[in-house]
Amino acid sequence: MIDELFHEWRHRLMSMWRKPRLDLPLLGALLLLMGIGLATLYSASDLDRSQVISQALRFMLGLLLMTVIARVPPLTLRNWTPWLYAASVVLLVIVVIHGEGRGANRWLDLRIVRFQPSELLKLTMPMMIAWYLNGRPLPPGWITLGAAGALIAVPAALIAKQPDLGTALLIVASGAFGIFLSGLAWWRIGALLAAFAGVVPVAWHFLHDYQKNRVLTLLDPEADPLGNGWHIIQSKIAVGSGGLWGKGWHHGTQSRLEFLPEHTTDFIFSVFAEEWGLVGVLLLLALYIFIIARCLWIAAEAKDTYARLLAGAISMSLFVYVMVNGGMITGMLPVVGVPLPLVSYGGTSAVSLLAGFGVLMSIHAHRKVLAN
Amino acid sequence: MNARTKPANTRTRLYAVFAVLGLASSALVVRAVDLQVVRKDFYQEQGDARYLRDIDIPVSRGTIFDRNGEPLAVSTPVESIWANPMELLEHADRIGELARAAGLDEESLKERLVERSDKEFYYIKRHLNPDDAQAILGLGIPGVSSQREFRRYYPSGEVIAHVLGFTNIDDAGQEGLELAFDSWLAGEKGIKRVIRDRLGHEVENVELVREARPGKDLTISIDRRIQYLAYRELKAALAEHHASSGSMVILDVPTGEILAMVNQPSFNPNARGNVDPAYRRNRAATDVVEPGSTMKAFTISAALESGKWKPHTPIDTSPGTYTLYGHTISDVHNKGMIDVTGVITYSSNVGAAKIAATLGRDEMYDVFHRFGFGEVTGCGFPGESPGNLPIAKNWGPVEQATIAYGYGLSVTPLQLAQGYAALANDGRLRPPTFVKGGQAKDRAVIDPQIATTLRGMLETVVHPPGGGIKAAITNYRVAGKTGTSRTAIGGGYQKKYISLFAGMVPATAPRLVGVVVIHDPQGAYYGALVSAPVFSKVMDGALRLLDVPPDDVQNWYTASPDSGHTVRMARQAPDGAQVEPDYAEGVPE
Repeated sequence: MIDELFHEWRHRLMSMWRKPRLDLPLLGALLLLMGIGLATLYSASDLDRSQVISQALRFMLGLLLMTVIARVPPLTLRNWTPWLYAASVVLLVIVVIHGEGRGANRWLDLRIVRFQPSELLKLTMPMMIAWYLNGRPLPPGWITLGAAGALIAVPAALIAKQPDLGTALLIVASGAFGIFLSGLAWWRIGALLAAFAGVVPVAWHFLHDYQKNRVLTLLDPEADPLGNGWHIIQSKIAVGSGGLWGKGWHHGTQSRLEFLPEHTTDFIFSVFAEEWGLVGVLLLLALYIFIIARCLWIAAEAKDTYARLLAGAISMSLFVYVMVNGGMITGMLPVVGVPLPLVSYGGTSAVSLLAGFGVLMSIHAHRKVLAN
Repeated sequence: MNARTKPANTRTRLYAVFAVLGLASSALVVRAVDLQVVRKDFYQEQGDARYLRDIDIPVSRGTIFDRNGEPLAVSTPVESIWANPMELLEHADRIGELARAAGLDEESLKERLVERSDKEFYYIKRHLNPDDAQAILGLGIPGVSSQREFRRYYPSGEVIAHVLGFTNIDDAGQEGLELAFDSWLAGEKGIKRVIRDRLGHEVENVELVREARPGKDLTISIDRRIQYLAYRELKAALAEHHASSGSMVILDVPTGEILAMVNQPSFNPNARGNVDPAYRRNRAATDVVEPGSTMKAFTISAALESGKWKPHTPIDTSPGTYTLYGHTISDVHNKGMIDVTGVITYSSNVGAAKIAATLGRDEMYDVFHRFGFGEVTGCGFPGESPGNLPIAKNWGPVEQATIAYGYGLSVTPLQLAQGYAALANDGRLRPPTFVKGGQAKDRAVIDPQIATTLRGMLETVVHPPGGGIKAAITNYRVAGKTGTSRTAIGGGYQKKYISLFAGMVPATAPRLVGVVVIHDPQGAYYGALVSAPVFSKVMDGALRLLDVPPDDVQNWYTASPDSGHTVRMARQAPDGAQVEPDYAEGVPE
């Protein structure tokens, strides 16, 4: 019995080694991105090795998880989906009850690791939507839409309560992408958008003052240059002063002299832009576009609804993260606290992103199996 | 149906997503180009402005020395504690600790910090001694730093306060010589360019923009010992006569250097607090008085220059009054027939008026003007008054008569000293200076012979039967003139008096000129009784301090250290001469 188990696991490990089922172009791009991320973090943290090492360890953990998930057939993932979703929602509830963090309760301290359950939702939310829609007639009607909406709304509301409006909106978006890809009729989309436009003014009243300020600050950052406008102005200065070629690695004054807030996390892109200039920005953007395009291609190649919706939603979420972060540091969007994928310092985000890539690789590797 | 439409539908959706991806990326690229290429210069400038700062390098202010090298104003390094409100407020729990260490009220400190929460600099407490500053810094409160500054200290306190003036807390001259010589003393702050982080901490020294140029020292003409003597005697005289204020000026005749300039009341420049601004006036240079009979020396100079009068030309002053256009001028005593010298000796207003009547007003104005009246002396003291010498064409016969004995014009004590110094210096006027070795060019204002003659006349004042015996000094011959005038208020005169004495020693070859002005003495108010003794005591000491050789060892009896005794001696003089204080009456009401 034990002998049998041992043999089975040995076989699995051996096959993982021989046929890792990893998508090599995607893996290469991700490794390059992580390398850039660590180098930028080393500079942004003012040569703080411990931060770089801890981030590297999280990358290792994420890569391991990615490799394991890539081996798991999508069917199995699909079966696990409701449980994963339920678990992450439970964690969110626990965070709301007793979490910790600066200004907002976003963190859960499990003694060994501290992490943000909201980051998990970035993966489990599209999985759940894909799982749900997979079993429904498509394109979805109002009832399906309502049920999917409820699946999205519950965790989104919990996250918004932390309060972390930015992440809540991203979670909503990741779920919505699944619904969009499922072929939701354009007229229904139009109707939803119209309804949304009606709700916005009402929702405005329920926003916290700091959230209102963030939006208002975007409209006119100079109005309060030392308060709410500080982040945007400092970030624009960092990006703009980088010029075409940048100031060089660890020569960005904005972050080194601590003018730039959150320069290892949400605003790390500003540090990168200041030190590597427009050339660096374009190359980094090209790398992201390559990764996103590869993911979308995997989604297009996927053979069943669950896989396609999930791959598509993950890719689109990734795309949104990059664009929102880029828009934020260049002053086009409000400061919403979205990390730059695999570059910003942050463990949960890195690990769940890599897990997401693992899912995509699994879908890609098993597309022929599923087709049968 | 589902099976057929779904994949196609999803593909369409994915193409839509690709399109959006392309659009969004393009937007981001356009924005990046805009920021990093098109508006790059603007943002680079903004970036530099945020970290490159030009900051001052403090320099110490030059020391002021007296003519013998004694320090009169020195700058000592002190520490000023300041805070970055932004940073300190992030550690608001420690404000109480800071307030206690600095001896401030916690609530009001917090309030002021909050008011300045968008600023990077706020002085917590200035000018602490280094130990106290270290005690506060030692608490290690974030955002609290110290800055080297210099505090001005005046070792002589109120003795020389008016001349030196003072600086404000930022070390800038506010009054007196501190103001007049501010750019010399202050030097020039250096500027260095540093890299600062958001909280204002210096991270790196980039370059020296401007070298610090420390302030230069200044050696002034004042002799601290003589100054102190003058201060002491003037203060004592004011106390004795319950007078309200007074000044004394001592000039070095050959150079025009001001050896002493004192005023009462005075103030302590090291603790100015809420000193009445009136106490801070350097009255000797900024306040004017009607000079009264001290002016007769210049009237007689004009008379001699006209050629119409000689020292022994007789003049009839009886019956002690003289009526001119309905205006009566009177003497204290009817001296009858006297000569021109007698007009000085007995201080006859009638004699002076009658002499003036024979002179052209332009002639008289010209002499007064040449002696420096009606114009600032050029010593450069801030706020110096030019006095008031009415222009000649405004003089009627009555005005000319009263100006002849010192009414209807006003002078500063310094101007009066300058005029007497010209007489002492053989008719050459040398504008006074506050700088040692800073003597100005002199100019001839009267014939040397006339100056010598005047000195002789002025000497008679200090000998019986002259009115200024109390100005006499043992072993030295003194030439001088007493004066008493009523205080002019709002165009009229009131029963308040100003006692003056202006004189020079040693009369044979004058080295020093001194002027004493005392306002509002109670009881005896004649210049001869109030101001002359001050002159005597101070000049006596000054001559000894300066080692001036005596020129009158034979007549040592004329004065004893007890000046009261001198007066008694004079009164009992064999020729029966009385001390005859001059008293100018009959002034225009």
